[in-house]
Amino acid sequence: MASNAQYEKYKSNGTLMGAALEWFDARFPLTSMWKQHLSEYYAPKNFNFWYFFGVLSIVVLAIQIFTGIFLTMHYKPDASLNANGVPVAFASVEYIMRDVSGGWLIRYMHSTGASAFFIVVYLHMFRALLYGSYRKPRELTWLFGVFIFFCLMGEAFMGYLLPWGQMSYWGAQVIVNLFSAIPFVGEDLSIWIRGDYVIGDATLNRFFAFHVIALPLLLVGLVVAHVLALHETGSNNPDGIEIKKKLDEKGIPLDGVPFHPYYTVKDTVGVVVFLMVFFAIICFSPEGGGYFLEYNNFIPADPLKTPPHIAPVWYFTPFYSILRAVDWSWMWPSAKLWGVIAMGASVGVFALLPWLDRSPVKSIRYRGPIYKFFLTLFVISLFVLGYLGTQPPSGLGNLLSKIFMFVYFAFFVLMPWYSKIDKYRPEPDRVTFK
Amino acid sequence: MKKLILALLFAPAMALASGAELHLDRWPGSVKDQAALQNGAELFVHYCLNCHGASYLRYNRLTEIGLTEEQIKEKLMYTAEKIGDPMRIAANAKDMRKWFGTAPPDLTVAARSHASGDGSGADWLYTYLRQFYPDASRPTGWNNVIFDNVGMPHVFWEEQGARPMTVTQVRSAVDANGKDAGYEEVVKVYDVQGNVTQTVKPLAGAQHEGIRHEFGAPVGGKLSAEAYDKQVSDLVAFMVWMGEPMQEQRKQLGIGILIFLAITFVFAYLLKKEYWKDIH
Repeated sequence: MASNAQYEKYKSNGTLMGAALEWFDARFPLTSMWKQHLSEYYAPKNFNFWYFFGVLSIVVLAIQIFTGIFLTMHYKPDASLNANGVPVAFASVEYIMRDVSGGWLIRYMHSTGASAFFIVVYLHMFRALLYGSYRKPRELTWLFGVFIFFCLMGEAFMGYLLPWGQMSYWGAQVIVNLFSAIPFVGEDLSIWIRGDYVIGDATLNRFFAFHVIALPLLLVGLVVAHVLALHETGSNNPDGIEIKKKLDEKGIPLDGVPFHPYYTVKDTVGVVVFLMVFFAIICFSPEGGGYFLEYNNFIPADPLKTPPHIAPVWYFTPFYSILRAVDWSWMWPSAKLWGVIAMGASVGVFALLPWLDRSPVKSIRYRGPIYKFFLTLFVISLFVLGYLGTQPPSGLGNLLSKIFMFVYFAFFVLMPWYSKIDKYRPEPDRVTFK
Repeated sequence: MKKLILALLFAPAMALASGAELHLDRWPGSVKDQAALQNGAELFVHYCLNCHGASYLRYNRLTEIGLTEEQIKEKLMYTAEKIGDPMRIAANAKDMRKWFGTAPPDLTVAARSHASGDGSGADWLYTYLRQFYPDASRPTGWNNVIFDNVGMPHVFWEEQGARPMTVTQVRSAVDANGKDAGYEEVVKVYDVQGNVTQTVKPLAGAQHEGIRHEFGAPVGGKLSAEAYDKQVSDLVAFMVWMGEPMQEQRKQLGIGILIFLAITFVFAYLLKKEYWKDIH
């Protein structure tokens, strides 16, 4: 951010609004922030479809926070049984769905919003893979983004326990149990996380606290850092070239347009289209075929009845498949520990991308066939692993998940090599815009 | 290329889809059929609510299926005092655990929880309630085709009557020494009293393992098969409605929202076009 001396202060033209703004500007960098991040933030003019998902992530974050606040007013994180023999937490969700005015809409927006969040974030990350947005000088923007992704996974996982249905309960049981694979401290660690020997009221209450305040605070902070870092370096674009290299006489990028109004009006179109899809799902298929709201989660949590098949929600299934695929022990760690390590690595490896990619060009438009081949395989492996993670374990499924786990990791591990030897075309001087 | 990718994406789905699945009859009813909903509500209160609660639903909500508060109080409220009370059960959970081995679950959202890849929750309930057979080895005297060893008795047996059952199972066999002995066919015939006669017949060669259920003609039963199906269908309609009473509202609101957003889209798009026309 600009230093104090460089703040542009508004000078009143004598109107009441002008005077108010001048008073404000003397005490807060309002005009300078507005200019720096919106009206004089120059974004490349050639953004395409893939560039909607950043702003859509913020829209979904806002939806989740807004609906979450209202849910908190009526939801009760309480695992004890009510007079009708139903856990209070589970019953309070149905109370919201039935007895709170508009509660069903707020709840469906929140539950569909969780899936929507991952859809837009995955597409946003895929955009970065297409156009090399994680490359120098945007490594820190990417890293903040990866931390947002971690944080989002924690947020979704903890939030999923709150309805206190069978899948909530047993999903949490499985995942928290993974910590017990850590040598020496594992058992104690998983008890410490749960606050009990099994998932119980203590777990529900702490997950509630994390879900409604701790992680959202962190998430919003990281989003601010992500956007600030982006605005420091400027946005990448589908050509993967730096628009700051070609400036006009005033120092403004020749291929840049002010974010406001150009991208505010363009993103409005994207947001409207997104909301159409979002509300179509909420109003016509809120369960999303069992993927957005799992059918088993309409059964209250029962610590004595393990469901025959425990599947996480779709957005975790690729990583869950990798966890299940590793079933061999090697050296001293157990197969379970290796599974946890592999699953952790499959998520954590995204953080290394800026240093794995050695291609001379950033965008897929100028990259050679090898990168395209590996990226295609990577996407296929995500879909296959994601599908397998929703299915009960089977012999064929296990074999396929092993194969595609290697495909998944090959994309990252072999990248320093294939991105270097791959053919490429020279980047243009100016962005392509038709 | 795209076809190949699609084929690769769905290959595991095809390969794995051949797991054990339930054969469910499709529920023929509709949640918009108000007469069915009212009949279903009455059936639910008389046959289900003794053991199963519907504790997320309040009696006065039944006005949404066309009943007046007077009708509800007169015909449906036995265990509650106030019209705003939830549909609780009179018996207590501890007793029922003793009687049935398990506390009967709350049924308010049963039509949602029983959905699966094999069919909707309504299909499951419609099939389940029509496929009880007499089995004297069970404490209640009843068993069910799609819910083996179920704790619940056949509450509609007076309406449907008792139907004898023939269960034919092909399975791998072992001899007295625990050695693989190919396949065998086990036929269990349950008479209307639930007494079973079992015959085992070895089969030659490789066989597909599987199980088949065949009902015989009902004995007793006040209703014809068609009338019984209709009765169950009405009950299921009520349970579908009860699972999400605002489901029709939700769809109507959806149409409104989409029309509003479509109009907004036109203006947003025109605004974008207007701003961007000078950018080359």
